[in-house]
Amino acid sequence: MGRPLIHRSPMPGLGLSMGITLTMLSLVVLLPIGALLLKGANYGLAGIWDTVNRERVWAALELSFRLSLFAALFNLVFGVLLAWVLVRYRFPGRRLLDAAVDLPFALPTAVAGISLTALYAPNGAFGALAAEIGWKIAYTQWGIFIALVFVGLPFVTRTVQPVIEEIEREVEEASATLGASRLYTLRHVILPMLTPAALTGFALALARAVGEYGSVIFIAGNIPLVTEIAPLLIIIQLEEFDYDAAAAIGIAMLLISFAMLLVINLIQVWSRRRIGYV
Amino acid sequence: MTAAAFPHSLVDQAPKALRHWRFSRLRSLLAATALATLGLGAAPSTVQAETLLNVSYDPTRELYRELNEAFAAYWTAQGNPAPEIEVSHGGSGSQARAVIDGLAAQVVTLALASDIDKIAEAGRLPADWQSKLPNNSSPYTSTIVFLVREGNPRGIKDWGDLVAEGVQVITPNPKTSGGARWNYLAAWAWAEKNGRDPKEFVGSLYRNVPVLDNGARGSTTTFAQRGIGDVLLAWENEAYLALKEIGEDQFDIVVPSVSVLAEPPVALVEGNIKTDDQRKLAEAYLNYLYSPEGQALAFKHFYRAWDTSKAAPEDVARFPQLELVDIASFGGWAKVQPEHFGDGGIFDQIYVPK
Repeated sequence: MGRPLIHRSPMPGLGLSMGITLTMLSLVVLLPIGALLLKGANYGLAGIWDTVNRERVWAALELSFRLSLFAALFNLVFGVLLAWVLVRYRFPGRRLLDAAVDLPFALPTAVAGISLTALYAPNGAFGALAAEIGWKIAYTQWGIFIALVFVGLPFVTRTVQPVIEEIEREVEEASATLGASRLYTLRHVILPMLTPAALTGFALALARAVGEYGSVIFIAGNIPLVTEIAPLLIIIQLEEFDYDAAAAIGIAMLLISFAMLLVINLIQVWSRRRIGYV
Repeated sequence: MTAAAFPHSLVDQAPKALRHWRFSRLRSLLAATALATLGLGAAPSTVQAETLLNVSYDPTRELYRELNEAFAAYWTAQGNPAPEIEVSHGGSGSQARAVIDGLAAQVVTLALASDIDKIAEAGRLPADWQSKLPNNSSPYTSTIVFLVREGNPRGIKDWGDLVAEGVQVITPNPKTSGGARWNYLAAWAWAEKNGRDPKEFVGSLYRNVPVLDNGARGSTTTFAQRGIGDVLLAWENEAYLALKEIGEDQFDIVVPSVSVLAEPPVALVEGNIKTDDQRKLAEAYLNYLYSPEGQALAFKHFYRAWDTSKAAPEDVARFPQLELVDIASFGGWAKVQPEHFGDGGIFDQIYVPK
């Protein structure tokens, strides 16, 4: 006996809410992506490949995805730590700190970019310090990395925070009474529970960093092959009124992002299967 | 702590989408709605103010702010209702694209003829638009000069000094900035006149560029506020403006032996003219740019205009004479654009690894 395709839920309103959801999704997400793919379809696979398969485009894609990955990894580690501190410890100014985590969401990216550049430029507050030990930050890949860390910071913290709040101390205490060391408890009790949420946050931070343009553009220096990010290449193609090439690079980014998110999802499925819940 | 310290005009570099729609547009829309609502009761013969949207490029903010006021006064003095004039600023190329994509500009005043050519290709104005107004439809011109740090510590005098080892040159990306294409061409012209291989010369010049900003204003900020670079290649009007805004004791202007005659053209966008009244207003606006009063304002805002009859003598005397090469001597934009700045063009080849 086959399973019915849709389980009739006892809750009413499936038809209506499903209809609203699909309409909204189509208007807001599917339509723009569809338009992008259509543009690419007109251009043809060969055309897309010719556009993407150039040294400069590969360099930009590599730069964008590599730095986004590093920034997301950085945010993964420090985002979890930050969430842990905010949930588990009580200290003066905690609420203020908690609210500040959301600032990168609220601040216009251009403002963030200009402020970070002003700070990290060789004549800025931090940039001057770094310059003394011969470290250039703004207008190098370090500058891009810092901007990407900034815009991605809230994602991991905000996804992990509620999970940490849910973890009951009894679990840790039980682990301790059974003779586990602190490190063992952390590794085998706490971390497995945090992994799925942390991975979700990581994926969000990564996706955000890959597409980030507004803040990076001010701090990057934008030198081809060195500090030129892929979104800037898209803008450059548009400036040349070459919509096809712009769409081609956009599609390439979409495919790579999709593949990366897929891998992250698979890891999540695997970790859930291994741990069994959350 | 940081952003607040910048002089006002130089932070004006938020992404284009943000500044594209000026608030006044919304306000005028509201006003129009209010008028229309009131008009239901009143006689329908009330004259409604004509609106005009001028889509312009980046460094013309200060110029058009003053020109619009002067023109509105002139237009009402002629017995017309006060016009509502709006200006949108941004990179020349993206402004052209906005008009192609449907931004209802009646007048465009851009940095490059090739950008207006693109609008013509999209069918919004006739292909021979540039012959409709005097001086290649350029009411004012400018050129490219060097802005160096006070006292010119690097001793930069001409284009040849820019390729010296260790000199850092700040200029925007010619792919995204109209003004930057003039910078590039000026360097090219100097190399041709001085027996250098222009391709080689321009290549080594760009290898001395540590930061490629997207637009002219961004480069000015990088040079003036961030303290990056020894020399900024700038529009002459932008260089004088930087001196005025940031202080004459910080920078010097160096005029090279050869530069380009940059002609930022203006045009009426036929496709966006809705009524005869609007056409009259738009034509009067463009003609006003050529009037002695309009020309005087252009001089005042550091542009090299044509008619000096009403201009303040010190505004005219400011400009040193130098050899200016026009775009026609490069073969016109139709040839220059694809050859130098197109995909895989000479500029792109600079960055192909050897």
